[in-house]
Amino acid sequence: MQVYLPIAELSVNVLLLFGLGGVVGVLSGMFGVGGGFLMTPLLFFIGIPPAVAVATEANQIVASSFSGVLAHLRRRTVDLRMGIVLLVGGLIGAAAGVQVFAALREIGQVDLLVKLCYILFLGIIGSLMFVESLNALRKARSGQRAPARRHRHLWVHKLPLKMKFRTSGLYISVFPPLCVGMLVGVLAAIMGVGGGFIMVPAMIYLLGMPTKVVVGTSLFQIIFVTAFTTLMHATTNYTVDMMLALILILGGVIGAQIGTRLGAYLRAEQLRILLALMVLAVCGKLALDLLLTPTELYSVGAAGGHA
Amino acid sequence: MSRAASVAMRGAVVLVLVLGIALPAIAYEKVIAGLSQNRISITASFGGSELLIFGAVKRQAPIPSGPPLQVAISVAGPSERVVVRRKERRFGIWVNSEAVEIDLAPSFYAVATSVPFSEVLSPEEDAKHKVSIEQAVRWLSAPEGVADPEAFTEALIRIRSKAGLYQLAEGVVQVTDQTLFRTRISLPANLTEGDYWARIFLTRGGRVVDVFQTSIPVRKVGLERWIFTLAHEQPLIYGLMSLALAICAGWLASAVFRYIRS
Repeated sequence: MQVYLPIAELSVNVLLLFGLGGVVGVLSGMFGVGGGFLMTPLLFFIGIPPAVAVATEANQIVASSFSGVLAHLRRRTVDLRMGIVLLVGGLIGAAAGVQVFAALREIGQVDLLVKLCYILFLGIIGSLMFVESLNALRKARSGQRAPARRHRHLWVHKLPLKMKFRTSGLYISVFPPLCVGMLVGVLAAIMGVGGGFIMVPAMIYLLGMPTKVVVGTSLFQIIFVTAFTTLMHATTNYTVDMMLALILILGGVIGAQIGTRLGAYLRAEQLRILLALMVLAVCGKLALDLLLTPTELYSVGAAGGHA
Repeated sequence: MSRAASVAMRGAVVLVLVLGIALPAIAYEKVIAGLSQNRISITASFGGSELLIFGAVKRQAPIPSGPPLQVAISVAGPSERVVVRRKERRFGIWVNSEAVEIDLAPSFYAVATSVPFSEVLSPEEDAKHKVSIEQAVRWLSAPEGVADPEAFTEALIRIRSKAGLYQLAEGVVQVTDQTLFRTRISLPANLTEGDYWARIFLTRGGRVVDVFQTSIPVRKVGLERWIFTLAHEQPLIYGLMSLALAICAGWLASAVFRYIRS
């Protein structure tokens, strides 16, 4: 069954889109990542123009994150206070990121920089998470409990303006979460994703938040950042395809619900290993694309546009 | 009748006679053609289309002797400017290096002929009428700073041919008794909006005898039209609507799942 997408201006199979939305939705619900880092390349692969894919994906992430966050709110696994602090940082970062993106576009190598950004961040985060969760899993298996980390004293804990984050059980300065939010906002704008795959590890490893709270809080923040991005794309580039978004959303929201349930059955370490493996797989694919000799050396793009 | 007018008219009569004597076949063979669809509507379920192009040759005299009549048909989508980039290995990775802007690249271009292209049109006539794909894709002024700009147009044609956007079908136009002709051109699903032009060339011995040209408007209709117009004319409302849709869908899915579980 084919459907013609009015903004992307091409005809695609509805079931294929629906399936893609569903699979990415499951991941979104399980890991608290928007899934943009998977969906955007998948949309490129089926021939959606990159500008439309990035903008529409932002809109879809709003829906799947909203659906996911509702489930997390009922389970009381959203740290609203932390979410708002992250969000403030995120919006500042996203606004700055759009400027950086425009500047990079002037130089003309934005594609390469975006890809290198992906490889660098996915590589670092994926490896760190994989090693760490493997160690945690091994310790859990041999009967030893991983040492409690709640009262570590790092330099981040010596900063002023401390705030109580009751849901996360943290009493830390507002600056680390604000900076994490900003960094994620910048990267989200440059890389065209929600940024959950960076934020989730940052919350666990930099802020020391419990894994259970991290997913819901990350989803909460992603809703607002991606809603902001959608509006920016809709008003400046006219690249949000409502038809494409609707199909992806329908698949995505159902997937996200399933994913949230699945996430509750899996142990935190297993969850992290799976996410780490996925992050590393995407990173490896992108790196191979840059290293291997491409079959087609040429590419076609709209004049003056982002290819 | 004034003297000047009568001189002018006599001149015109002489001109017609001279032309008629010099090119006896040309003046008497004209194309009359029709299309199976004179407009194409893109609906939500649009999945490509097939265009039947048919016609006849109108003559005032018997079929001239000499090389047989051949037909070339081209269908062109709206032209646009595109950038073709070439990758190069730098520091071990493949990056876009050189880029060439091509001024005129039709979004769709199909050529169908009755016999191999080189037998239908001579290179001079092709250059004059811009019939072949190679002639349809071109720049207005040759790009600077690149040693081999032709490689970039070749790449564009190669990429778009692979996607079915550029088609060359030789020997598919059926010509019956040097009078009737017909062919089918398949339009892909990823058709862009705009005015498409169908051109039909009658040729003899590689020279163009007559040309017929008609436009085929390709338009989005219904929901497709509405979404496209809203997105471009009321982008803020459109953006907010997209968000509202997303939020509603998210909430609805959550509510439905909770209902199923309880």
